[in-house]
Amino acid sequence: MDNGIVMTVANLIRDILMLVLGNEFIVSLIMKFIGIGALLGAISGAAIAFTYTERKVCAFVQVRLGPNRVGPMGLLQPIADMLKLMTKEDIIPNGVDRVVWALAPILLFVPSALAYAFFPFDDGAIFADVNVGIFLLIAISSQSVLTFLMGGYASNSKYGMIGAMRAVATSLAYEAPMVFSLLGIVMLTGSLRMSDIVTVQGDNVWFIVLQPIAFLIYITTCMAETNRTPFDFVECESEIVAGAFTEYSGMRWALFFLAEYANLLSISVLTTTFFLGGWTGPVLPGFVWFWIKTLLMLFVFLWFRWTFPRVRIDQMMSFCWKVLLPLALVNVLLTGVGIYIYRWM
Amino acid sequence: MNEFNDNVAPKTETFVLNMGPQHPSTHGVLRVELDLDGEKVIRVRPIMGYLHRGIEKLLESRTYAQGSPFTDRLDYVSSMNNNYGYCHAVEELCGIEPPPRANYIRAIVAELNRITSHMVFIGSLANDLGAVTGMIYTFRDREEVLDIFDLVCGARQTYNYIRIGGVAQDIPQGFEEKVRKFLDRVPEFMEEYADLLNGNEIFNVRLKEVSVMTKEEALACNMTGPNLRATGVPFDVRKVDGYGAYPEFDFDVPVGENGDNWDRYQVRYKEILESAKIVRQALDGMPEGDFMAKVPKVLKPPKGEIFSRTEGTRGELGFYIVSDGTTKPYRVHIRRPSFISMQGLNPMCRGGLIGDAIAAFASIDPLMGEVDC
Repeated sequence: MDNGIVMTVANLIRDILMLVLGNEFIVSLIMKFIGIGALLGAISGAAIAFTYTERKVCAFVQVRLGPNRVGPMGLLQPIADMLKLMTKEDIIPNGVDRVVWALAPILLFVPSALAYAFFPFDDGAIFADVNVGIFLLIAISSQSVLTFLMGGYASNSKYGMIGAMRAVATSLAYEAPMVFSLLGIVMLTGSLRMSDIVTVQGDNVWFIVLQPIAFLIYITTCMAETNRTPFDFVECESEIVAGAFTEYSGMRWALFFLAEYANLLSISVLTTTFFLGGWTGPVLPGFVWFWIKTLLMLFVFLWFRWTFPRVRIDQMMSFCWKVLLPLALVNVLLTGVGIYIYRWM
Repeated sequence: MNEFNDNVAPKTETFVLNMGPQHPSTHGVLRVELDLDGEKVIRVRPIMGYLHRGIEKLLESRTYAQGSPFTDRLDYVSSMNNNYGYCHAVEELCGIEPPPRANYIRAIVAELNRITSHMVFIGSLANDLGAVTGMIYTFRDREEVLDIFDLVCGARQTYNYIRIGGVAQDIPQGFEEKVRKFLDRVPEFMEEYADLLNGNEIFNVRLKEVSVMTKEEALACNMTGPNLRATGVPFDVRKVDGYGAYPEFDFDVPVGENGDNWDRYQVRYKEILESAKIVRQALDGMPEGDFMAKVPKVLKPPKGEIFSRTEGTRGELGFYIVSDGTTKPYRVHIRRPSFISMQGLNPMCRGGLIGDAIAAFASIDPLMGEVDC
């Protein structure tokens, strides 16, 4: 099988459009828009579905039932929630920096959505398969910190300010080990291109086998990036109420919420891509494998979220700087030595 | 001097953060003013009174028997212990001796209530540290005790079961089996909490050597109960005064070593097991006889005053009652252990971070109903 389901479908649409329109440029343009639409649909659809998933998984961990009233097995609960949030009053507190405050939740969606352009969902099904894939991805996803800072700073609230300060401080701490943990993969692959990373794993062995240390570092820092327990310093309900989001309500707050779930999907997809071989796998089509692995990782992240207490912020910072970063550097060294020995043999 | 001189280091300012009375982890309506330097806590000022109902005054305008339901509302997660404290004080004032069976029943319900209260403590500590799941588990098991109380007196939270001279009614049929079933489950679910929390590295680093209270500091703040015992002082009114049926039971007083959050958690954790031990002994040795002493319908204590103390779940619960010889007390003052323990908040939190302050609130285990009275 050369191409996966997604590409087959895409080529089919392209062929039909070519028949109808006949102009290659217009068809390409339309195809781009279809791609964007599909991605945005996937993001918002997944985010809404994940609110339900999270509540069900949480209930499972906490020996409860979870939502079970709206629709069969409570499946329509997220829709009811969205309707409720949309009909809520839009409260703008006094003294906020209106422009910055209103922009923050919207801008937060930009890096979250942009990151999806680099996800290899299936063989060939990657919206922008650029040759600096990982690099761009890290650069884009770390932008979300700015919006937390905007939201917290513009809120004119002390809780918001503390949350914003924490977001910036922790982002410095976790980004460094995260980048270095991915360096091992880049060294093994010899490319920054996302599709190459998956192909190499498909041809040889998943990187979780070759890079177990990097895998652990990566998922640890990922939890920090998505602001979820044990590293949920930006929100941190029992300490600073809701941190940077304290003053947001209704749909504005829901945007933060949706971005969180979009990020959750992002890190599951990325862990799958980097360490679990992406779409590769026997028998089943690539698209299915991709989602099996992604949902498995998602469950792991939800499981962490609902079992771990929160670490203190200074403990997290020293853990990142003093433990994870040296460990990631050692991993880079070991990988280098390993590659050298492998070639020498 | 030029304010914008490059040689001058940028100045930082401390600021005041007002936590509460509406805040997710202030256990009700505690308001705390934190002086912060960035994340570092410089000073903590608990501000109380948001749940003040004037219970002392209410007690003064009612007869002695009418007063005991109000004590339910003091520490509303361990109402039995409050009932016990109040009734014990009135009995000492009037010279009433409750029958042995009543004392045994009292010990059982008070210790069961202590277990539930400590469960709430473990749950809310876990919750405040971000592990929401811990709370659900402890509340699930607390439910079993509440069912037992429902069987005993028909109420789940505010019981008014212990009355002056004894208890409201004898223990019902099926009570003993239910309690024994629960006691058999205690080691099981304590093991579960230990699996969930004790071995967790994050839980350990959050609690160990954080918010340390020395023996001297704790005594200077007049702390009692588990908070004092965590610093290594084996002071327990049940042992020291030996009131009620407690001298007949064999139990240990768990103490901590360092007086940090971890010790405060561990002391309460072990107390659950000790309380279970007491309940089991009380069930085994339950004497026959009356459950109520002969108490006159209209209670007129002699002129005088009394300070009586019992071991509430949060420390030494004292009732100071002045009688002027009429049917109503002239003055009632309640020594509420939570309120007094709040004095320890500032020394505990000083120098820590915001996260530590939250852990310290939770580890003191204040209950606003008792703090504000």
